[in-house]
Amino acid sequence: MSLLRYESQVREPLVDGHKTYHDVTEDICKPVEAAPSRLWWIGFLISVALLLFGVVSLYMEVVYGTGMWNLNKTVGWGWDITNFVWWVGIGHAGTLISAILLLFRQGWRTGVNRAAEAMTIFAVICAGQFPIWHMGRVWMAFFVMPYPNTRGPLWVNFNSPLLWDVFAISTYFTVSLLFWYSGLLPDLATLRDRAKKKWAKLFYGVASFGWTGSTKHWQRHESLSLVLAGLSTPLVLSVHTIVSFDFATSVIPGWHTTIFPPYFVAGAIFSGFAMVQTLMLVTRKVMQLEDYITISHIENMNKVIVLTGSIVGCAYLTELFMAWYSAVKFEQDIFFKYRIAGPYGWAYWLMMTCNVITPQLFWVKKLRRNIAFTFLMSVVVNIGMWFERFVIIVTSLYRDYLPSSWSVYYRPSIWEVGFYLGSFGLFFTCYFLFSKYFPVIAIAEIKHILKKHGESYKENMDPLEEQTVEEFAHDQLHAH
Amino acid sequence: MSVKKFVVGCFDDEKVLFPAVKNTRKAGYKIHDLYTPFPIHGLDHAMGLRDTSLHTAGFIYGLTGTTTALTFMSWVFTKDWPMNIGGKPHLPIPAFIPIVFELTVLCAAVGMVLTFCYLCQLSPFIRKDHFHLRSTDDLFVMPIEITEKTNAEEVKAFFINAGAVEVFEKEAETGWWLGRYDTNRKAFEKKEQTVIA
Repeated sequence: MSLLRYESQVREPLVDGHKTYHDVTEDICKPVEAAPSRLWWIGFLISVALLLFGVVSLYMEVVYGTGMWNLNKTVGWGWDITNFVWWVGIGHAGTLISAILLLFRQGWRTGVNRAAEAMTIFAVICAGQFPIWHMGRVWMAFFVMPYPNTRGPLWVNFNSPLLWDVFAISTYFTVSLLFWYSGLLPDLATLRDRAKKKWAKLFYGVASFGWTGSTKHWQRHESLSLVLAGLSTPLVLSVHTIVSFDFATSVIPGWHTTIFPPYFVAGAIFSGFAMVQTLMLVTRKVMQLEDYITISHIENMNKVIVLTGSIVGCAYLTELFMAWYSAVKFEQDIFFKYRIAGPYGWAYWLMMTCNVITPQLFWVKKLRRNIAFTFLMSVVVNIGMWFERFVIIVTSLYRDYLPSSWSVYYRPSIWEVGFYLGSFGLFFTCYFLFSKYFPVIAIAEIKHILKKHGESYKENMDPLEEQTVEEFAHDQLHAH
Repeated sequence: MSVKKFVVGCFDDEKVLFPAVKNTRKAGYKIHDLYTPFPIHGLDHAMGLRDTSLHTAGFIYGLTGTTTALTFMSWVFTKDWPMNIGGKPHLPIPAFIPIVFELTVLCAAVGMVLTFCYLCQLSPFIRKDHFHLRSTDDLFVMPIEITEKTNAEEVKAFFINAGAVEVFEKEAETGWWLGRYDTNRKAFEKKEQTVIA
């Protein structure tokens, strides 16, 4: 009984069905070992097509310049930076799930952390594209790195939030990748040892780095995961904080607010979890992983969504209050004349509806546990979060201090839209490849919690439930 | 890096494994290693392994990052190329916080992962001998080295007695070599030793 740490039956099992360790391996490895289905090919090819459209759009931008985009005199940041912030936000859920929930010892993260981390990495890759190509002369992108150069050396400006972003995003990407891949090693070794085909033996053999599963290695692996989780937790919070500094440290009305860092972080978690829901609901269905990503996993994530959605809602209202309370004419005009009203008012109210009003439905337990509704909501939330960034960026810019330079109505050109669609293509191409060739659920971690939280093992708790407190305490005391 | 002879005992339940490890150590056998498909808490202590100091290494890497970032930016802004940016101070410590933090995390994470890979001999194209293919699936695999002093049959009987589900003898290379898992190129070749009388 020493390993069967008692857990009340009131808690729902994290793994449904009567599974042994071998069943877990089988369930998760089988879709990886099977040939890709027709559905997979269709999805993959659509993604690649979108990606190619993105490549064409970027070609136009690089060859003819950023003038191919409809950015204008005051709206210097439009869809590109909106998409950047949106993707970075989505890229927050994975590391949050695997790092913060690891520190909080939340067992349910094991079902979703692998795919969520993968999603994080792909989202950050997509996010990174936007500021890089926005530079226009992209062949000079390496100028953002502080390297000894022949211009003095003239260093980069370490005081600039845009440079902080370079460091934050690249660190976040690197650390997420390391965290994800170090967790993948044991599972890739599982696939390697099961591999029958030559290419699979080669691929998983190379990818698993010669992992053996030695106890000493596991001990180091656990220590590594814990420290990486400890490092990633403030890192996740810092990344979107620094992204918000891009706006908050400027003096543009609508951007210059101290509430931005926590507000952006909450929004990032909100949209990230929504994207995890979108992907996981499809993945669990297609790969038949309903036993591992259970309704209670979905409900837990919906709870996070309703919490962070409410925080975001609070932030929206606080912003409006502060604009009024500041007694600054420009600040008030931006919020009350040009943001909630004016030509872009529809975007503001769309954002309000999608982010603040509709997620409140998740207070109802039945809806939290309804898969179709959750899927719909996850898409709605991400539409809302895209509009949040659009509202922040564009409605603060399109009418600045000088009415003579007020821009015409900003709408994106086909190449801006193409770039955005291309980032979707990139994201889903990566995700399709990942879900086909990598274990989408952390096999070792599921096995680790199986005897504590698995359905079949929870039934062993029946006799324990009937014991008196004294008997139970006595038995547990001598269990080791 | 040598080929040794082992008797391998495979277990399929932690409840059996823990007493088995205890008894093996009590019987005086040297456990070569214990391969498990997932981390089992307390097993390292049961085997008598010392705690890892990987986290200490991580701390030192982190400090390296902090110092590098702080000294470099201070040097750039005060010595190498002092710039007047809107009359702001030359050494704006608060403005350094984000980059110092990011570099701390980056160095700690990258350093730790590299150290981890070095210590556990993990890298692409590294090949090792595995005692049992199911040690990454559902078996806990415990090889015991056979020397002149140990009797293989005795160890086998011991394993069966301890509740092993599978017991066999195996010769295995204990180190690693450069190789791939789709070919069977070994690091060692068995050669007949010519004994000169």
